[in-house]
Amino acid sequence: MIERTAVIASTAGLHARPAALFAETAGDLDVEVTIARVGEPLDEAVDADSMLSLMSLGVEHGEAVVLRTEDDSATEALETLARILETNHDA
Amino acid sequence: MIFEGATVQSFVGVGVFRGRVIGPIRHMPPALTPPPSGEGLDSSTSAETAAAQLKEAGAQVKATLLERAGRASGDGKEVLQATALMATDPMLIKAAIKLINKGSSAERAIWDAGDTVAATLISLGGYMAERSHDVLDVRSRIVAALRGVPAPEIPDSEEPFILVADDLAPADTATLDPAKVIALVTAGGGPQSHTAIIARSLGLPAVVAAKGVAELVEGSQLYVDGSAGVVSSEPGDTERAAVKRWLEKASLLDVFDGDGQLADGSKLALLANVGGAKDAQEAAAANAQGVGLLRTEFCFLGNSTEPTHEDQVAAYKGVFDAFPGQKVVVRTLDAGADKPLPFLTDSTEPNPALGVRGYRTDSTTPGVLARQLAAIADAAAQSQALVWVMAPMISTPAEAADFAALCTTAGLKVPGVMVEVPSAALTSRHLLDRVEFASLGTNDLTQYAMAADRQLGPLAELNDPWQPAVLALIQATVEGAVAQAKHSASLALEDALPKPVGVCGEAAADPALAVVLAGLGVSSLSMTARALPAVAAVLRTVTQDEARRLANRAVAAASAAEARDLVRAGLPALSELGL
Repeated sequence: MIERTAVIASTAGLHARPAALFAETAGDLDVEVTIARVGEPLDEAVDADSMLSLMSLGVEHGEAVVLRTEDDSATEALETLARILETNHDA
Repeated sequence: MIFEGATVQSFVGVGVFRGRVIGPIRHMPPALTPPPSGEGLDSSTSAETAAAQLKEAGAQVKATLLERAGRASGDGKEVLQATALMATDPMLIKAAIKLINKGSSAERAIWDAGDTVAATLISLGGYMAERSHDVLDVRSRIVAALRGVPAPEIPDSEEPFILVADDLAPADTATLDPAKVIALVTAGGGPQSHTAIIARSLGLPAVVAAKGVAELVEGSQLYVDGSAGVVSSEPGDTERAAVKRWLEKASLLDVFDGDGQLADGSKLALLANVGGAKDAQEAAAANAQGVGLLRTEFCFLGNSTEPTHEDQVAAYKGVFDAFPGQKVVVRTLDAGADKPLPFLTDSTEPNPALGVRGYRTDSTTPGVLARQLAAIADAAAQSQALVWVMAPMISTPAEAADFAALCTTAGLKVPGVMVEVPSAALTSRHLLDRVEFASLGTNDLTQYAMAADRQLGPLAELNDPWQPAVLALIQATVEGAVAQAKHSASLALEDALPKPVGVCGEAAADPALAVVLAGLGVSSLSMTARALPAVAAVLRTVTQDEARRLANRAVAAASAAEARDLVRAGLPALSELGL
């Protein structure tokens, strides 16, 4: 399992447009990725390709989240997703 | 009611908004019934098949919404894109598949899963809670797709259409695109139904309570007459001609061309009532020929102290600047029972309507009026408008003379009086000896003539400007102006035109009553700017002689209802225009 931590840059948090963009990108990847707040137990992680799950997480601007995948070769995929989170889409 | 000819079917309902159109029918799909609680998989369907059907339905909904998003723009596009994603969202679909695996039917599973997700979003509050509606919308669409029926929404169409439904719900307003829906026809509902409210707010021709329209063929042509409340299938030349006539008339109701006149070309200025600069700009945009009533107290409602000279000049100038070269009639502060100004009104009066109000406050709070007139004069000097000033609640010629003197002191050249008190109407000849014009405030004139407080609901029937007594007082005011002109002409041995007598009450906004007022000989009508096009359109259908005959009938009527009916019967244009 590999991980990548990212801080939410969008001013309004991981809602609406950023959530849709993130979920869509995750859905297009060949790997299964989960997302959770940093420090929360593993079983509270949700599917990265579910916009509704992302919205239910209710992650706000400035909060750190961790992306995980079982596929150890998917570093690039995690990087792609992390960059979406680290971009302010409300700017 | 249904009349069946060879192919033509006509339906009579209640017209709730005017207009005639012809277009193709699109039926509103019936509301979706929720799958029964606890509905299980039927014996012939495996959980795997049900799950596959659910995924297929979700994908279908997603594709439909994405296709629609592709045609939308702006915020609407983003909302549709996000909603499209929800239709295949793993959280929603996985939760539903779990329920299917426990034996639930696909329909019931997605229904319950949608409820759960929506509840989660609602518990997060704010923006998330608002999105819960989208989740519920998506799950209804998926259920419709599973059933193979159209989604429960206003149909989407490239081509403009006539929407036929049982009744519309308030939520339908949000998705009703007035560029696509050209008329509304419902089998149910009534004049106060949601459909009627939606139709009026969007200005769509509409017929409600037209029983039987649900049977009309989807996509076939329909003729709708929202004024007559009639709908008919297979429209032919007759209907097409009726639509054409309507379009010609309707263009008159869209805009006022800024030239108030009767059918014989006699002029009648159509002015606007305004409460401040913003109103004035809107009135100017609506081609009002000036302002017939600037309610100065509206600039200062809420002020606990007298506004400063500078504040007043700025407020008045804002209005004057909207009408360069045109007339603006300023009414001095009219504080009263219904619009108290703390620095003028005595709230302890037992009977404020008959109390110290309008011009009368000058005796109890001297100085405020003189300072207001000075501010009006300053503002007038700084603008291009032709500024007239009038005092409210004048009862005697002596008051008129005093007001005229105050205006002269302030340097204002055109003083006038409001005629609201019956004594002023009956002595207008003497009032007009002292001032340059009179303006009938029909709301107060009615309340005083009928001794009926205009704020009391139970007295609404008495508070009707169609009351023949009120019309007779208007007639007396105009006759007084004519007598005054003759008298001064005989003294000066020259021809004098009667001094202007206008109307600036609600009465002027009623197109039928406007005809009566024209017939009684008033020189201008001032109304809310929105009423200008309809009043102008109806006035142009009568000559001065015809208006005079209708006015005489109205004054001679025995009741307000009789007066109204007699006049309306003589004005076929009203029903033609759906007024």
